Amino acid sequence: MELSKVVDELNLEVIAGYNDGKKEVNGAYIGDLLSLVMSKAESNNLWLTIQTHLNVIAVATLVDVSAIIVVENMEIDEDTIKKADSVKVPLLKTKLSAYELASKLAKLGV
Amino acid sequence: MTKDSNSMKLNYDVDSNDFTRAGEASSNIKKILKQLGVASKVIRKVSIATYEAEMNIAIHSYGGKINVEITPKEVQIVVKDNGPGIKDVNLAMKEGYSTATERIRELGFGAGMGLPNIKKCADVFELKSEEGKGTKVFIKIFLN
Repeated sequence: MELSKVVDELNLEVIAGYNDGKKEVNGAYIGDLLSLVMSKAESNNLWLTIQTHLNVIAVATLVDVSAIIVVENMEIDEDTIKKADSVKVPLLKTKLSAYELASKLAKLGV
Repeated sequence: MTKDSNSMKLNYDVDSNDFTRAGEASSNIKKILKQLGVASKVIRKVSIATYEAEMNIAIHSYGGKINVEITPKEVQIVVKDNGPGIKDVNLAMKEGYSTATERIRELGFGAGMGLPNIKKCADVFELKSEEGKGTKVFIKIFLN
């Protein structure tokens, strides 16, 4: 499934690094411990997290997730937004909890 | 970066407590491996190992260096820091054990998985640490 479909269907707020939304999405991973995300998230996963500082961008790039989705409407650091734009990692946001969003993603067939 | 016909060497300095730049060395290494056409499975292992090493230097040490050598057969990574050294290496290698502060944990680090993650990704893994002096980690990841 294309990222743009997920964004549209679930009303995700686009914060940075999005481009045309043509990235492929395959599954999701929920986690806030960066080491765990590094070792468990797979490429093309959506990464649902409440972490918003700069290092999430490095982790996202290294494991090639298709997007970072910040849940619970957490405030995102300005540096993180700038970095997401510069390395083109889609950074999205929702007011839903990780559980609520994950259920919707599952229904959508991600 | 230096390059001869058979190998490429990359050197990075990592500062203590520098979380704004941390991740840059590993991201850069990943980019170069991709350009060299290295298999994505191998790139993932190298990425995880170097990122964890980078974060270890930033979180736990007074600063250090990551030296990478890419040959047609393998990626060698040498991580060296300027101290303070690891008190109990066996404990540090145990998943879930961490000496990171509360502030660091809030940032999503300090899960006690850094060194175990590196070991899992490595085909060869050696760690030497001396209290008061520093820690050296030698990692080899084969390309095939």
